[in-house]
Order: sequence, then structure tokens, then C-alpha cells
Amino acid sequence: MKELSLHILDLVENSIQAGATQIDIKIDETHLHTHIKITVTDNGKGIDPAMLAVISDPFVTSRTTRRVGLGIALFKAASERCEGIFSIQSRQGNGTTVTATFAIDHLDRAPLGDLGATMTTLIAGYPDIGIRYHHILFQDSFTMNTAELKSGLDTVELNDPAILSRIKEMINDFCKQ
Amino acid sequence: MAKISVEDLKRIKEKTSQESSLRGGETTVKVTVHMGTCGIAAGARSVMNTLLEEKAESNRTDIKIVAAGCLGMCSSEPNITVEIVGQEPIVYKKMDPNKTRQVFRRHILKGEVQTDFALGKG
Ligand code: FES
Repeated sequence: MKELSLHILDLVENSIQAGATQIDIKIDETHLHTHIKITVTDNGKGIDPAMLAVISDPFVTSRTTRRVGLGIALFKAASERCEGIFSIQSRQGNGTTVTATFAIDHLDRAPLGDLGATMTTLIAGYPDIGIRYHHILFQDSFTMNTAELKSGLDTVELNDPAILSRIKEMINDFCKQ
Repeated sequence: MAKISVEDLKRIKEKTSQESSLRGGETTVKVTVHMGTCGIAAGARSVMNTLLEEKAESNRTDIKIVAAGCLGMCSSEPNITVEIVGQEPIVYKKMDPNKTRQVFRRHILKGEVQTDFALGKG
């Protein structure tokens, strides 16, 4: 993946395949003052212990395991390649949390990339999923909660083109600072 | 702390809702972007964003664009499936923003299936 924002999209896709209805995405660019920390938490059905033990191994390629395993293995590799730490926690029936850190200055670190495109893809593509996005920069932070926006706007979907492009613009403006 | 706020989006919605209340209606076209790991790595997100832009430009509220899991055909990703009411679904392979624009304008808006990119019916 060329961008960390694409890894995020892929992690959320896994969560949705696991039946999640609520997903929390947290990006902290101030972790230890040296790292970016990305956390994706879902309320899906969780991963069973046997699968959890091998899920971050890219060589687990049986057809059924691969669909969830591959992206997680790539995310782990991307983190470890730049002095990061990866972890995954999951309890069956209770959801899954995937966390990885990335040394900001490491040569091999992929850029965060187009987070606005990742968020609009998720909002438009999965209108029934609740997404909370929280992004921390050194002086500032940014939040979005789709459930709150939907109830405030009195609509079940946010996929009006004008609304989507506004969301994308606001997220990317924030990221550019 | 910055925030995407309801108030901000409300203003945008008010501006656009007068136009769209005239249109309304049912979904007659559904486009699915397949978002497996390979699809995402191969560019499914830019395909999705191109579709959203094209839809915005077309002013068609009866076109629905959604995401879904992968089709299991890594080598032909990114894939999209176009379903028009009353017609057989068409799966397109190896999409990029340009091909996506062509499929949107020719197949979705004019009904001409773009057989060059089609993987098959299904
Ligand atoms: S992950 Fe879907 S085809 Fe490879």
C-alpha cells in the first residue's frame, strides 16, 4: 500500500466483513513525539484465538484465512519496517482492535495520504456503518462522528455529493496543516 | 479542536435540497466497488472517488454507489459491478479513473456496455 490511509481503508473493510457496525479510527501524530500511531477498533464478531495467532503472518494463504489475514499482515510489515510496534487484540463476540506505530522520520514510512478520500469512500460505500474519526496533531485535533451527523441532519445517509465533498475537503485541509 | 459539525453540513444540505427534492425517486443503477485488500492496493479508492465525482456531475439521484468485499479475483482488481434495473449485471476489471469515467458516461448514462473492460456477466 502506498499510503497509510489505504491501510486504514483496508482495516475497516476487514472490520465490516467481520460484521462490525461501529468503527473507531484514531490517528495520533504525537505518539512519543516520534511516532504516528494508528488504531482501528470495531465491534465485529472478533477473531478466534487460532486465527489470531497466525493472522499477521503473510504466508497463511488458505483461501478462507487470506481474505482477512493479508491486509493485516501488510499493515504489520509496514509498521515494523519503520521501527514501529504492531498489536492486535480480539475477543470473540467483542470486536477487534488493531494498533500500529510508525517512526515519523523513517525513510520507509509511507505518507498518511488522502484521508479525505478514505473517509468519503467509507461513508458513501457503507452508509449503514457508524464511523468515528479522531486525528491528533501537535497543537490541534479533529473529529468526525457519522452517527452524530446523521441524527443532526435528520437523514440515514450522508451520501449527498455536496456533503461528501465538504467532508473530504475539511479532512484534507486539517491534514495539510 | 476542529470538528465536522452538523451546522456546517446543514448549510450545505439546505443549498442542495431544493434541487434534489425535485428529483427524488428510486434507485435504478447500482454500482459496487469491490474493496478487498488487492482491490484497495490496486486503486479501488480512486475508482470509488471518481464514481462519486461523476455522480455529482450527472445530477442523478437514482444512481447508487456502494462498496463491498472482494470478488476473489486478485489479478483483475480493481473490479466494479454495474447493475441497471432490468439488465444483467456487468463486472468490469482492472479499473482506473479514466476507464471508470468512460463506463460511467457510456454504460451508466447511455446504456452502452463497455465490452473492452468487461470481465463477464455476473
Ligand atoms: S483480496 Fe480480493 S481478490 Fe484479492
